[in-house]
Amino acid sequence: MKLEIRGLTKRFGSFTANDQIDLTIEPGEIHCLLGENGAGKSTLMNMLYGLLDPTEGELLIDGEPVKFASPGDAIAAGIGMVHQHFMLIPVFTVAENVMLGREQTRGLGFLNRAAAAKLVRELSTTYRLAVDPDALVEEIPVGVQQRVEIIKALANHAKVLILDEPTAVLTPQEIDELMGIMRELKKQGTSIIFITHKLREVKAIGDRISVIRRGKVVGTADPSASEAELAEMMVGRSVKLTVDKTAPQVGAPVLEVKDVTVVDPRGVQVVKDVSFEARAGEVLGIAGVQGNGQTELIKSLLGLVKPDAGEITIDGKDIRKHGPRESLAEGIGYIPEDRSHDGYVGAFSVRENLVLDLYRNEEFSRGLALKLDALEQNAAQRIEEFDIRTESMESAVSSLSGGNQQKVVVAREFSRPLKVLIASQPTRGVDVGSIEFIHKRIIAERDKGTAVVIVSTELDEIFALSDRIAVMYDGRIVGTVTPDIAREDIGLMMAGAHGPAEAAEATA
Amino acid sequence: MSTEPKTQVTPEPEQEQPAPIEKAQPVRRPMAAADWLPTVKTTLAAIVLALLIGAVLIAFSSRDVIESLPYFFSYPWDFFSRAADAIGTSYWALVTGSVGSAHAVGTTLVRSAPLICAGLGVTLAFRAGLFNIGAQGQLILGALAAGYVGFTWDLPPGLHLLVALAAGILGGALWGGIAGVLKARTGAHEVITTIMLNYLAAAVLIYALGKNAFQRPGSDNTQSPPVFDSATFPTIGNLHLGVVVAFLAAGLVWWILNRSTLGFELRAVGANPDASRTAGMNVPAVYTTAMVVAGGLAGLAATMGILGHHDSLSPTMAGSIGFDAITVALLGRATPLGTVLAGLLFGALSVGGVAMQASAASTPKELTEVLQALIVLFVAAPALIQGMLRMKSTDENKTVMAKGWGG
Repeated sequence: MKLEIRGLTKRFGSFTANDQIDLTIEPGEIHCLLGENGAGKSTLMNMLYGLLDPTEGELLIDGEPVKFASPGDAIAAGIGMVHQHFMLIPVFTVAENVMLGREQTRGLGFLNRAAAAKLVRELSTTYRLAVDPDALVEEIPVGVQQRVEIIKALANHAKVLILDEPTAVLTPQEIDELMGIMRELKKQGTSIIFITHKLREVKAIGDRISVIRRGKVVGTADPSASEAELAEMMVGRSVKLTVDKTAPQVGAPVLEVKDVTVVDPRGVQVVKDVSFEARAGEVLGIAGVQGNGQTELIKSLLGLVKPDAGEITIDGKDIRKHGPRESLAEGIGYIPEDRSHDGYVGAFSVRENLVLDLYRNEEFSRGLALKLDALEQNAAQRIEEFDIRTESMESAVSSLSGGNQQKVVVAREFSRPLKVLIASQPTRGVDVGSIEFIHKRIIAERDKGTAVVIVSTELDEIFALSDRIAVMYDGRIVGTVTPDIAREDIGLMMAGAHGPAEAAEATA
Repeated sequence: MSTEPKTQVTPEPEQEQPAPIEKAQPVRRPMAAADWLPTVKTTLAAIVLALLIGAVLIAFSSRDVIESLPYFFSYPWDFFSRAADAIGTSYWALVTGSVGSAHAVGTTLVRSAPLICAGLGVTLAFRAGLFNIGAQGQLILGALAAGYVGFTWDLPPGLHLLVALAAGILGGALWGGIAGVLKARTGAHEVITTIMLNYLAAAVLIYALGKNAFQRPGSDNTQSPPVFDSATFPTIGNLHLGVVVAFLAAGLVWWILNRSTLGFELRAVGANPDASRTAGMNVPAVYTTAMVVAGGLAGLAATMGILGHHDSLSPTMAGSIGFDAITVALLGRATPLGTVLAGLLFGALSVGGVAMQASAASTPKELTEVLQALIVLFVAAPALIQGMLRMKSTDENKTVMAKGWGG
């Protein structure tokens, strides 16, 4: 099936999200769509999938113009979509999830589970997607859940499969497996639209690459193009993909964590006997696949959750019992994993968010009264220093782009003297230009002698920043390595192979 | 607050002239008209629509109009002229009765004062993300405390008033604080606890009025003696000083919300408790403080009647002020200025309603309650108004409102 997009335009009021997009997806092609957050990739895909009505332009399938009023129409036309956040019901089995919405029944409304299971088995052998139709979705790993989503689309006879940032939640090994599946699908004639902002993946799997910037297709590239070229097309200027840094001037340990255990409200041990130390002037990276205890670990460092056992000290002072306010006062800078949830107050202005944890300081208040002038001067200064793109300091932070929202959080945390900086996913959902900037600031903070702890699920980020890397798996630190370790080895450690030595053995 | 993306282009500074290198001093600009205008427009539209519907109701509640109906098709003019007459008379009475003379304005102000105070309490709690349904209970406790001090203690004038006033505020603050502590300590939803505390307060009132300490001497009714003159607000004409106190309270609430660290915390916690906690704020303490202050404001509302009006404590003394306060706060979009304006409007409607009933059209004064309800209904559904009047849609629901059951 050949899918053509001709002059597709979507306007919201006077804002043009997609401007005259022309794309052709050939049968059996893996077409990569590369673009920064907010470039208009999602708008385009939502029009393809019948979720949004195009303002102008048309879609053609095998030369015939089509119109999708709803996702149902798009599915009937052979378009399948795997969303970034899976649309699965955890307490249902794989087969039940696949038949959801088009249940087969045996008279009288009894579900025909056997037929559904058979369909799943057939599809999984045809396309080499190993899944057990009778497994509960909540009990299978994320990578397998993604396969279930793909099977769901294939069960609807999808000829064009849209994969929206499919690798964001996967381990390096799972990414390799996904690429294998994509190649297999391609061999069988399914076209794939692969949306991502990771240059490495695009080069590894793409047949053609279209780059979207500010709602326009700015160019089509060959997978042989260099990463730097692709990044330049994406951002519109040349970007540095590596972080310039000198060798660290490592000082004394500042933050010491010993045998910390955290039990979550369900009674599950999510952090198990974790010990590490963060040293002045050094970046410690904590690598790991999402959900292996990193979130709870750093929350316990700030005092948002109380560790159930173990010791946490800063400069030898016990901070285990501290709440967030005391920990912040102790000199911890904290960039939370989910900025919109924990990092800023969306309804507050930029000015207010920039002092969200500083308003009590003498500088910004006297007794009960806020010093508005000081707040404004601070905002003007930070906006300039951190290049926060906002209409004014009175704009609500929720109206800013993701990168600028993150800059607000980063600017605030960097505006007081720090002993330890804890940054979780500091550049998640941030555009390439802002990533560059935030990374530079983090290294500058390290060079001031701050102990930096970076938690990230992006290996690129871990490698770019870290002077030492601790790998977390299943609530434990399974090993601490130096950044010269091979990607495959660290990937194996993230997947649970203990220690760098064993990881090396496993690859041998 | 328009949804239209910003299209204005900032004019480039003229390059020719040597730009003065002075650092632009941050200027505190007043809120741009674009920010509040849509809200004002929808609110006014809601009031106008409510008055239109009210006009229909007035017409059909007039006996003259009803009498003209049977021969409507043979002589429709009768119907229209009589309807116009009834509507005109009623609304004219409504206006003159509420703001038509100095006396009427005074009455309106006195009637509005408790609505404003209690409404401020609801507003303040709203901004902290709390849906305070308990103004009624807080008000009753405030009245009990203020009344007891007012008719039992013997203190010099002036001092007596201050002590009674403080007692009223404390009584309300205590009752509000209970809901606050329950929320902070156990996570009990404030909607449930404040509703239950309302029932409890009503029961406490009945119980107290049955005791000798609160009984009017020589009376078997559940009614207390009025407070001593030494504990009442000084009066000027038909106005009393409590009205001034109410407006001062509004100013204070504005200052707390917009200029103080406490208000910063209240608003932050109301908009995003998780980020507030991560930023080191003590969320449970903020919830408790918000409810204590909100209760204090409801207690202040109670003193308007007890200390301003010589009202005595009785089972019906609180009327429905505590519930009207919720409506006032909603109509005022949870801002202090809005609450004051909404309180004045409701006070005027209630005073004018009496005049309307006394007018030639003798429109039932319940109509004003219908008007109040319609206004709030339209304000609560801005999309409805915008649809009816084909106004451009606005983002005005940005005002931080309490989260329903999620919190």
